[in-house]
Amino acid sequence: MKITKIAALGMVCALAACSGGHKDDNGDGNGQNVSQQQYNQGPTPGSEGDLVATAGDRVYFELNKNQLDSDARATLDKQAEWLARYPQVNILIAGNCDDRGTEEYNIALGQRRANAAREYLEAKGVAPTRIMTISYGKDRPTADGDTPDAWAQNRNAITSVR
Amino acid sequence: MSFFSDAEAGFLQKHLSRRSLMGGVAAGGVLATPLGLLGGRAYASGEAAPAEITVANAHQAPIPIVVPNFGAGLGDQISSVIAADLSSTGLFEVLGGDVPASRQPDFHALKARGARVAVAGSATGADRVRVEMRLWDVLAGQQMTGRAYTASQNNWRRIAHIIADEIYKRLLGEDGYFDTRIAYIARTGPRRHQTTRLAIMDQDGANAHMLTNGSWLTLEPRFSPISEKLAFLSYANNRPRVYVYDLNSGQQTILGTFEGISFAPRFSPDGRSIILSATTRDGGADLYLIDLATQHRRKLTGTPGVIDTSPCFSPDGRSIVFNSDRGGSPQLYVMSADGGNARRISYGNGHYGSPVWSPRGDQIAFTRIGHGGFSLGLMGPDGVGERTLTEGFTVESPSFAPNGRALAFCRQNAAGAGGAGFTSTIEVIDVAGFNEHSIPTTTGASDPAWSPLRR
Repeated sequence: MKITKIAALGMVCALAACSGGHKDDNGDGNGQNVSQQQYNQGPTPGSEGDLVATAGDRVYFELNKNQLDSDARATLDKQAEWLARYPQVNILIAGNCDDRGTEEYNIALGQRRANAAREYLEAKGVAPTRIMTISYGKDRPTADGDTPDAWAQNRNAITSVR
Repeated sequence: MSFFSDAEAGFLQKHLSRRSLMGGVAAGGVLATPLGLLGGRAYASGEAAPAEITVANAHQAPIPIVVPNFGAGLGDQISSVIAADLSSTGLFEVLGGDVPASRQPDFHALKARGARVAVAGSATGADRVRVEMRLWDVLAGQQMTGRAYTASQNNWRRIAHIIADEIYKRLLGEDGYFDTRIAYIARTGPRRHQTTRLAIMDQDGANAHMLTNGSWLTLEPRFSPISEKLAFLSYANNRPRVYVYDLNSGQQTILGTFEGISFAPRFSPDGRSIILSATTRDGGADLYLIDLATQHRRKLTGTPGVIDTSPCFSPDGRSIVFNSDRGGSPQLYVMSADGGNARRISYGNGHYGSPVWSPRGDQIAFTRIGHGGFSLGLMGPDGVGERTLTEGFTVESPSFAPNGRALAFCRQNAAGAGGAGFTSTIEVIDVAGFNEHSIPTTTGASDPAWSPLRR
């Protein structure tokens, strides 16, 4: 296990070296893993940083909705491909809401969003046993501030490696 | 002389020892004994206070009441708490001044100062404190009630609240709500990842302390109507579930087994069951009733893909109000306690949520979300007579005082640029929509749950 990981790491380092200088190749606006990409050393394959860099870790929703738009489906397609590459990786999908709903309703709505992402990934062949879901309602905002833009960012489903 | 049965004494003993362990779980006994007449005529037991004083007209013109200093030290503290309790309702105008503790006051002088009622009191003793209180009807020149209270000194706040409740009841003809507590969620740290703790405080914000350590997201405490228990939602081990917290033992137990998230708990009026919501794989949430003794659970609603949440029983236990998006958007519905006959009751613009039934049975408080922001309102159980009590960026999670006269709720103010300036406080407002005020807390606070009146 350890050996394969190290080997894989070496491969990615080599790839990263080839594409040196393209720091913003995966700039998707999340800004969370930028520091890991500043150097010619990509994130560990199969890691959360790798997921963020390769596929994007989150999809966004309209107000009080759980429908996946074309951007969301494109992100989830990449997540499914990434998960196919790392079959040992299990994920947690967390549904979140903006704070324009009640605390309790938003817990259910966030779960509905997490379920929407899970169902899509399952339809793309990801084994159900690899996916856990949770909802934080409106209690784990990713964007500070109380503006329509912040609310839009907070209506999401975020995939993380567990 | 003791008014406690052995069982009660044992309970108090347990409670008080627990208190010393935990640094103050608010508890402990206060003995009350009637005081004899001090001149004038007393109202017979059960006789109502003078007819012209009612809550309705006290809203128009608060009752002017003299609350004198009960004496140096503890006496001063006790009378300050009584005065603060009475003032906080907006139904009393507290006047200062001296009223003798052991003889008839000068009614003419009190009348000349505009007083309608006067309190007299004294506090004596050290480890065990004895507080005497008399209530005088200034216009009639009569003693309305007289009582002595004894308790260990560290229960002096409870004595003050019990006296304030006694005054409230004598003057307004209904139970007060001062000898109560509020469970809540204490919030600290950055808004993106707040530390949340289950917490409890006296109704006036005193004696606040934390019940959980903040390791996991914790929300939605609710008080049992009959015992020292709270139901709440904890994300412990990343498995969000409803737990029951025993305030006497500090023990937490998971309530039931659900595939999804169990949340939005509320005790039934008899305290024997808890109704809650549980998410489903199809994106909905169903309502369940769980018997606390047997853990037997009964599914009350279950339309696939529909969110049913925030259930709350009517005080007679026959009906349940809840929040549902079965019609396309979150609205309020009332159904019978067995889960049948659901009918929508909210029809205004916007979305509705977090309904809670008044202990009087005649009103349902709720949160409404419109384009401009949140509002807190009341409507009849049939949806008639909707009115707004207060508005704000976020105003939600209403919880009634045990007499149904006031509501605690959470008010959050929007953050400015960069996310700074966000605040979360617990406020109390009269059901007539006046006299909103904050309960002082040392941390951010949300999710208030008002306890029943202590006995």
